Amino acid sequence: MDGILALAAENLISPIILFFALGFAAAFARSDLSVPEAVAKGLSLYLLLAIGFKGGASVAAHGVDATLIMSLLAGLVLSFVLPFVAFGLLRMITGLSVIDAAAVAAHYGSISIVTFVTASSVLTAAGLVFEGYMVAVAAVMEAPAILSALWLVARAGRPATGSHGGSGRGLDAELLREILLNGSIVLLIGAFAIGAITGQEGLARIEAFIVAPFQGVLCLFLLDMGLVAGRGLRDTRGLLRPGLLAFGILMPLTGATLGLVAGGLLGLSVGGIMLMMTVSASASYIAVPAAMRVALPEANPAIYLTLALGITFPFNLTIGIPIYLAVAKVIFGG
Amino acid sequence: MQTHKAKRVEITIEAVMERRLAESLEKVGVTGFTILPVLGGSGRSGRWSREGQVSRASGMINVVCIIRPERLDSLLDAAFGVLDRHIGVVSVTDCEVLRAERF
Repeated sequence: MDGILALAAENLISPIILFFALGFAAAFARSDLSVPEAVAKGLSLYLLLAIGFKGGASVAAHGVDATLIMSLLAGLVLSFVLPFVAFGLLRMITGLSVIDAAAVAAHYGSISIVTFVTASSVLTAAGLVFEGYMVAVAAVMEAPAILSALWLVARAGRPATGSHGGSGRGLDAELLREILLNGSIVLLIGAFAIGAITGQEGLARIEAFIVAPFQGVLCLFLLDMGLVAGRGLRDTRGLLRPGLLAFGILMPLTGATLGLVAGGLLGLSVGGIMLMMTVSASASYIAVPAAMRVALPEANPAIYLTLALGITFPFNLTIGIPIYLAVAKVIFGG
Repeated sequence: MQTHKAKRVEITIEAVMERRLAESLEKVGVTGFTILPVLGGSGRSGRWSREGQVSRASGMINVVCIIRPERLDSLLDAAFGVLDRHIGVVSVTDCEVLRAERF
């Protein structure tokens, strides 16, 4: 227990978390501090490129094995299954309608790549190695949860809710294409593939760009994410009833437990298990909200965005990640 | 200077529906429109701002079309097909244009 607390305390005073906290506090204090939209977009492109490339280069160095395939499959299964767990929990402890609960559940089956990047950065700082292909596992976990959520709504007969009533568009070919080919996924997988093709030699050529500045860029990006999460929570905190608040913390812990089991069964390294826990615990706030607006327009976006971005994202960043690392270390050594 | 009567249709809709709306308008022959970003506003769900949106999920856009009056119905049918269950506002106002052949 002392080890977990020490690790949590160490994580809380790292520059990336403190910059996130600065943004969060500034937003709550209604400061005019802001990161221009185009800069934030550029920073996220940089992070995706760097994390994807480094993951691919690591795979090139260590080779492809059965564990890689099994890890991808495990990620796929987790993404399909987690929305059912989230949906059950939501229906049990909150009064959300089927459509709202399904929409929230989709977010929790999908992943937050920023949480993944932060977790991998914490691992690097702790001197722990992890499987480079975990980047690809994160990428495959982005979309399946959306299908599970839409199935949950279809199974319930799509009851009309709210003032809009009726049903949404569901999943058509165009939406599927938008989900699978969203910019973040394309860049992440593309950079991963380029890293895998060019290997350590390719990494050496662009190392000065994607390795050394990485932590600094992540600080600036998390400052912006702190501002975004803080503003979102400030403006919609009235929505957060105790049940929803509890869900926003219980669900990542539940997801992390399933990730721990999956990572352990796969025989991943401690770092890999911690990343599997982190992606299972994280909730999407970029790709899935956009998909839900098209597929389930009756669902209230303020609920799922506030939960994913205002509660679960800060929880994972500050408390969750050190807990996941400590638990993975205690159970699987390292 | 001579002016010609036209209709100005303004559609405020969720940003995620932008491409679907544009394609729907083009399908009914409305090839001239302008898409503008919306900074923020206030509606039935309260105030919102584009500032700090990491996802396109909660952003809005404004689509402005100026058309000949006889094409209004087909445009509105196309727009409604997309708006349907989504957040949005459609307004139609009378206006005058200088070069009728362009609309």
